Amino acid sequence: MGINGKSYIVGIYEHPCRAALDKTLPQLHAEIAKGALADAGLSKDDVDAYFCAGDAPGLGPINMIEYMGLNNVRHMDSTETGGSSYIVHVSHAAQAIAAGHCNVALITLAGRPVADAKEGKPVRYYNQQAPDFPFEMPYGPNVTNMYAMCAMRHMYEYGTTSEQLAWIKVAASHHAQHNEHARLRDVVTVEDVVNSPMIADPLHRLDCCVITDGGGGVVMVSPEVAKSLKRTRVKVLGAGEAPKHLAAGQVDLTYSGARWSGPKAFAEAGVTPTDIKYASIYDSFTITVLETLEDLGFCKKGEGGKFVSDGNLISGVGKLPFNTDGGGLCNNHPGNRGGMTKVLEAVRQLRGEAHPKVQVRNCDIALAHGTGGLLGSRMGSATVILGSEDA
Amino acid sequence: MSTDQKSKINLVVNSESKPYWEGAAKGQLLIRACDACGKVHHYPRTICPHCFSDDTAFVEASGNGVIYSYSVTRQAKPPYVIAYVKLDEGVSMLTNIVDCEIDKIRIGQKVRVKFSEAGDGYALPVFTCA
Repeated sequence: MGINGKSYIVGIYEHPCRAALDKTLPQLHAEIAKGALADAGLSKDDVDAYFCAGDAPGLGPINMIEYMGLNNVRHMDSTETGGSSYIVHVSHAAQAIAAGHCNVALITLAGRPVADAKEGKPVRYYNQQAPDFPFEMPYGPNVTNMYAMCAMRHMYEYGTTSEQLAWIKVAASHHAQHNEHARLRDVVTVEDVVNSPMIADPLHRLDCCVITDGGGGVVMVSPEVAKSLKRTRVKVLGAGEAPKHLAAGQVDLTYSGARWSGPKAFAEAGVTPTDIKYASIYDSFTITVLETLEDLGFCKKGEGGKFVSDGNLISGVGKLPFNTDGGGLCNNHPGNRGGMTKVLEAVRQLRGEAHPKVQVRNCDIALAHGTGGLLGSRMGSATVILGSEDA
Repeated sequence: MSTDQKSKINLVVNSESKPYWEGAAKGQLLIRACDACGKVHHYPRTICPHCFSDDTAFVEASGNGVIYSYSVTRQAKPPYVIAYVKLDEGVSMLTNIVDCEIDKIRIGQKVRVKFSEAGDGYALPVFTCA
């Protein structure tokens, strides 16, 4: 039993804040839930399934269900795959709805790393009992250098350049200038990116995503409920998820788990990369986008650098408009988890509600992809393909 | 995970990792081998991740390898080099490259293990240019 056409996204909300000093984490989740349900034209009492990941405070989904007063929940899921969790949740909610376990699923993400840092709260440490911890942490791995090693290897094997990676940020910045909520709205050039300070060779500061507070939410429903609502509905066509890791020491940093999650999603949706009119691609760093585009089949392995160059990802200019909200590189990366905002912009595009300057014409099929964890060691990859009602 | 500072070495010594650190303290780089399937793996596990046999044991690696990939964390004071080194035995391990001119480090470069003092009588395997 597949999920194609068996559920719809009918409500979305992206919290406008980018620094949440005056809000608690549970409050952010609740404000997001309220926004997404209002967008759908539903109430909290309609919700019979709740999905969240490790950013939700408490025991899995339980504490947030209590805090928000979700009194009719009969299905819950707190799958945690880092920043890709929310794309996994869309897939799991589609499965649960298709199986008849629920009719109205709410997914929320929220985070306040900016506020937490200002308040001097300790950074959440990686679990010392993780099996890799003893053998890796003494060497000083951090988010940037673990992605940087992928870029370094990709450059070595395929001749990818810093200038090519920079084009990804340039495209994101072209989109972000139209988003009033974007953390960074200035259009940047390839020169700006490669001349920004080196953080971890070969990644510069402008190869890195923003750090923001806020979050987002999604409401998914069965076809019957969708038909009863006024909102433009977005159909879930297919999904795939996959872990990728160091494979007992057979390390290959030139690809991501998208190599496996992508084909599953395309097969279920019954479409190919050439059918995709818009793509939300997880962009923790420029290299994340480049490897993902190759792995999803938008170009051949090793040709990502050429593919992203010369504005090919800019809406209205190139062949594959991506992250038209400005993405994690410029707009928002709430709680250091970018999967949710990837779904939100894909839904806006399919509804025809993206900013007019970046709206893709006749956008009937879109893709959203997430990479959670570290591209340089272990990650949870997730792909979802969405379509308009006629898709 | 710290973002701009290399974490202070604070080894996690448990029943699975203790022999590894003890070996390093004696100047041995250990990897785990499976007697059932004959394959080696890293990081070391009691149960073989290839064939799920529990017939595994530590063996001493040659200590030679090549840099598979690396990065220089420029914002740290002082900057440090993180790398995956592919050992001659076929497995890659996360490590640091030390005592080399940072800007001359390259993928494919031959490296040799050395051991840095890690406190409590243990040592940490790192690599330097061969």
